[in-house]
Amino acid sequence: MADAKELYGDIILDHYRKPHNYRSLDGANREAEAVNDLCGDRLRVFLLVEKGLIRDICFSGSGCAISMASASMMTDRLKGKTEAEAGWILDLFTRLLSGNSAAAPDSTAMGDLTLFAGLREYPVRAKCALLPWTALRSALSPGHVAIVT
Amino acid sequence: MLCKETGARLRVIPMDESGNLVLDQFEKLLGPQTRLVAVAHVSNALGTINPIHEIVSLAHRRNVPVLVDGAQSVAHMPIDVQAMDCDFFVFSGHKMYGPTGIGVLYGKESLLHAMPPYQGGGDMIRSVTFEETLCGDLPFKFEAGTPHVAGVIGLGAAVDYLGSIGLERVFLHEQDLLSYGTRILSRAEGVRLIGTAKRKAGIISFVMEGIHPHDVGTILDQEGIAVRAGHQCAQPVMDFFKIPATVRVSFGVYNTPQDMEALFHGLKHVKEVFR
Repeated sequence: MADAKELYGDIILDHYRKPHNYRSLDGANREAEAVNDLCGDRLRVFLLVEKGLIRDICFSGSGCAISMASASMMTDRLKGKTEAEAGWILDLFTRLLSGNSAAAPDSTAMGDLTLFAGLREYPVRAKCALLPWTALRSALSPGHVAIVT
Repeated sequence: MLCKETGARLRVIPMDESGNLVLDQFEKLLGPQTRLVAVAHVSNALGTINPIHEIVSLAHRRNVPVLVDGAQSVAHMPIDVQAMDCDFFVFSGHKMYGPTGIGVLYGKESLLHAMPPYQGGGDMIRSVTFEETLCGDLPFKFEAGTPHVAGVIGLGAAVDYLGSIGLERVFLHEQDLLSYGTRILSRAEGVRLIGTAKRKAGIISFVMEGIHPHDVGTILDQEGIAVRAGHQCAQPVMDFFKIPATVRVSFGVYNTPQDMEALFHGLKHVKEVFR
């Protein structure tokens, strides 16, 4: 990542300033929280899943620009998807940030989420981007421990 | 951890808004049951230099021994454990440009004699029979097993290095940087300093309005400025100031006034990115 402006571009900063689906959901049937131990940031993800379809998804909490934008974009991306599709995108996003995948990111499936690819070089910050996704993983698979370390 | 092991109760010395310990309150916390006072010489989160002399004399008046954590002070100011009159002084090698995984526990001789070894192993015994094990002398009874030889030699080199510069000089240099850096940062837009005690070591902690410390840290990093962003392993301090985390600048003998200026410009850049 050559310049901070590449990472902190308009799209990410817009999502940070005005996060989409930033609310709680009383009727949620899946819900989980993740905490970033490094800074104490805490995000909670709510889902309403009906017949395997994500009817609604939203989040609450507070975090840095990266984690808030990631959460906002995640909810945009996953609303209306099936649980299986959500799991697949979750895997793609995790691999995008882990630096293990040499392949170009699948932008059809991921859309603007590929903007986070630069974080591969910043493992500490990759945790910020993964925070809402960690909550999502817990929400989709009960029993999973909702802590990012 | 000790409380869990021994059933001891932990009492915490409160601090005020600027990051000073409240000594009146401290005095009231000392009771007949108080077994040990443990205090940081310098706060890693705020930079406050705690008034060790006062703390030691208040505690000693009630016969309570004092342990001073010198991890943040040992590379930054002259330390005289005898003048301090503390009973224990501890510090780690990596905070004084030495190797990781090694540190020093200083203790008053009479206390060390009175203490049992905390583990057994080679080189720590005087004689062993099936009936009785007699411990070796100080410091061997606390140094069971194969010593960290490479670490000891490395730590010695670090001690010599700091000694060759002179810790008095190091302290004055860092105090100059502290007052220059504090002046500069107070002028930076949207910056709020956390920890404004009168006596501080070379640490400036701050938050920026509307911008998370981790975001500040990443952008500064790209400008070649290394800071620590996070809760500084001091979550109770963060809770006290009602913030999740801070950006912390800590300087050493190698820093210059130009570094402070680079930081000021770096923070301007942070502002620009988030405009």
